[in-house]
Amino acid sequence: MKCEELLKLLNEYVDGTVDPAICTEFEQHMAGCNPCQVVVDNIRKTITLYKNGQPCELPVECRDRLHAVLRERWNQAPPAK
Amino acid sequence: MPHTVPDSQLVRRAKAGELAAFEELVSRHERQIYTRAFRILQNSHDAEDVTQQAFLSAVENLGQFREESSFATWLYRIATFAALKLIRKRKGLDTISLEAATEPQEDYASIPHPEYIADWRQSPEQLVHRHETRQLLDDALAQLDEKHRLVFVLRDVEGLSVAETAATLELSEANVKVRLLRARLQLREQLTQTLGNPARRLVHEHHHH
Ligand SMILES: [Zn+2]
Repeated sequence: MKCEELLKLLNEYVDGTVDPAICTEFEQHMAGCNPCQVVVDNIRKTITLYKNGQPCELPVECRDRLHAVLRERWNQAPPAK
Repeated sequence: MPHTVPDSQLVRRAKAGELAAFEELVSRHERQIYTRAFRILQNSHDAEDVTQQAFLSAVENLGQFREESSFATWLYRIATFAALKLIRKRKGLDTISLEAATEPQEDYASIPHPEYIADWRQSPEQLVHRHETRQLLDDALAQLDEKHRLVFVLRDVEGLSVAETAATLELSEANVKVRLLRARLQLREQLTQTLGNPARRLVHEHHHH
């Protein structure tokens, strides 16, 4: 396997959906190619960061408006009939 | 209200008409909803709009929510659809696919090679707690083309499968995969430029291709 082929299979490898025979080839390539190994590691960390990232703070005025709108709607038409 | 009260219990109380229970659900999830909307829309005004729409729609549809999924999953789905609807509206499209018919299909041949290759100086566990990290993540995401960003957000941030992402965006799975690869590589590149250890930068030797 060449670096370029590895690049094309990167998603499947990282997501664990790659065919086992190809997975072996992929790992053999990485064992002998430090840059590809680091790229795969970087990609995994990139995904982890976005998955586990902290949510933004909601601006206070925005939160106040949201709750006011929701209360109004709730009082007009509460879900329980 | 203590966080030990599970969402499911609050949902039942809200369904029975208890506003305080619903407001507690809103308080628990509003930041997540806003953040997701912001990531899709890249604009705080639109993100606020979508956050409101999502919760209003939750008020309206709470009676029909059958609790087959968690409240969070149900709500996040509503917010994602509201955000995508706004994007379509912005483009003057109605129910038509986000995909412009004239747009050439992307292929793997044009995928750029990784340039800045280096181990990161810190682990994701350490980085997640740093205030600068969120800004870095938002900036990198903002630099992606919308078509790549949407695929990445749905698949990797929201955790939809490739098939679900394709159905939601009305794209082929093949197209989702190639866009996802592009998005992941571009984000990796950007983040590594800041987070990579320059002393450990590696050069890819293209001659062994
Ligand atoms: Zn390689």
